[in-house]
Amino acid sequence: MNYRGPGRVRAEEKPMPEILHPEDCIVKVLRSCICGSDLHLYNGNVPDTRVGSTFGHEFVGEVVELGSEVNKLKLGDKVLVPFNIACGKCSFCRQGLYGNCHESNPEATAVGGIFGYSHTAGGYDGGQAEYVRVPYANFGPTIIPEGMDLDDAVMLTDVVPTGYQAAEMGGIQPGDTVVIFGAGPIGIMAAKCSWLFGAGRVIVIDQNEFRLEFVKNYAKCESYNFRSLGDPVEFIKKTTDWLGADVCIDAVGAEAAGSAMQTITGRKTLLQAGSATALFWAINSVKKGGIVSIVGVYGPTGNLVPIGNVLNKGITIRANQASVKRLLPKLIDHVQKGTIKPKALITHRMPLRNISDAYRIFSDKLDNCIKPILIPPTAKE
Amino acid sequence: MEKTSKALPDIKDWGIDADPENDPTYPMKPNRTDEEQNGYNWERSVQQAETVEILKSTERPNLSAVFGTSVPPKGLSGAIRRYAYKNSEGQFSHWLPLLIADRVNVVEGIFDDLKKGKIPNIYAEIGFKAMWKYNRKAAVARIAAHVGIVSAVGLILFRGRIFNDEKLIKKALKNI
Repeated sequence: MNYRGPGRVRAEEKPMPEILHPEDCIVKVLRSCICGSDLHLYNGNVPDTRVGSTFGHEFVGEVVELGSEVNKLKLGDKVLVPFNIACGKCSFCRQGLYGNCHESNPEATAVGGIFGYSHTAGGYDGGQAEYVRVPYANFGPTIIPEGMDLDDAVMLTDVVPTGYQAAEMGGIQPGDTVVIFGAGPIGIMAAKCSWLFGAGRVIVIDQNEFRLEFVKNYAKCESYNFRSLGDPVEFIKKTTDWLGADVCIDAVGAEAAGSAMQTITGRKTLLQAGSATALFWAINSVKKGGIVSIVGVYGPTGNLVPIGNVLNKGITIRANQASVKRLLPKLIDHVQKGTIKPKALITHRMPLRNISDAYRIFSDKLDNCIKPILIPPTAKE
Repeated sequence: MEKTSKALPDIKDWGIDADPENDPTYPMKPNRTDEEQNGYNWERSVQQAETVEILKSTERPNLSAVFGTSVPPKGLSGAIRRYAYKNSEGQFSHWLPLLIADRVNVVEGIFDDLKKGKIPNIYAEIGFKAMWKYNRKAAVARIAAHVGIVSAVGLILFRGRIFNDEKLIKKALKNI
């Protein structure tokens, strides 16, 4: 995959990645996904996204080459690779903040290294490819348990942990009302996981009818189209005895629709770091003393959000990139026991060579697309 | 800069209201040690060799132990990026030049393709086939927009030519 500019990608031969550090390994990709946050790159909203980059931070594969100091993996191992690149040794990693590693990104301190996510996230080529260089191979890559479907495994690299952590950061108490903005894969997973923390009511807000229908059936929750609600904040107040939700989750980030001003300033003219409509609604919809959990991705500059309301309502904001490695043992168990069935979200399977069409379908939400998966030519179905 | 000492035992009533349960990072920081209070002194992995130009944030003292090496900075966009990385992440003079560099880089990408004898198939790259199949209205609108732009450019050039031709005609008539 080769990025050529906003809205333009193509499949192209690139040189084989090489071992550049003794703790690297090379992984032959068996499955990769396009993530909603890839669309921020695709649309040119993330600074320092260079032409010629390969995106893709959700992938699984087979180890085909090992650096001299890699001793936790062997050739032929099938691994799922967390989207964040973590050393496991720095102070942040040692405390479980694997999404905030300090030894994987020289270009910015605000974010750790992420595969295929611009030079702002370390300048690594990503997994929408046949082969990928994977640093810190003794720490990050996790062997896929025997019998686990590769489609389930690839969803454990980002979608499941991010959705789960969105709910976890909500600090959901038994009986809480949780409102999730966004019915994309992360919002759907956050809705599913909110029940695991004891939510009493789960409401999802989006504008795509097919996604709302899907989340209603998959996560057994309420779902509403904000286009038909009028003002979604007023609706949430009204449906919660005029108090607001206990927990609101922003599972959209920079590509949010629903406010002309946010769209023009955030997406069309880039005067702010993406359209913050979902976060704006989340802050205004949560009750006093409530919690807003953010997993939607925004750029590094600034956004128009009602920060005064955060103060006056005593809201706690909790946010982070998912700490995939921390959550994997629990989530692998949930998948193996059937508590979470992630591959049900996959609606499209496409060959990697059709990457341009895959991005268009996912970006424009065509053909009722929820989650597309890419199969490289070297991977056998 | 001199480091602040970790404990301040000489301050009266220091820490009397400290509450270890008042921790909004739970459970994100399951092994809270606060070891970063002792500074940047953990055991690092061996440093990756810098085989290509890597631009470094001014907010850290060194390159991280590993880093990506894709698409090193080059050309005009590279020069803009080098300027941007002289400013800290807290400044717009870091991020805005990077966004400008990204746009300049798109034009450079087209010239790179042409230099290699490759004419970029922009319609294929934007996924036009999928758009045509699943959202014909948008596809037609996009074609119309492109035709409109090309026609407008053509018209401007054509009108310019007529103007130039008129001037030439007048000049020629004068000479008769």
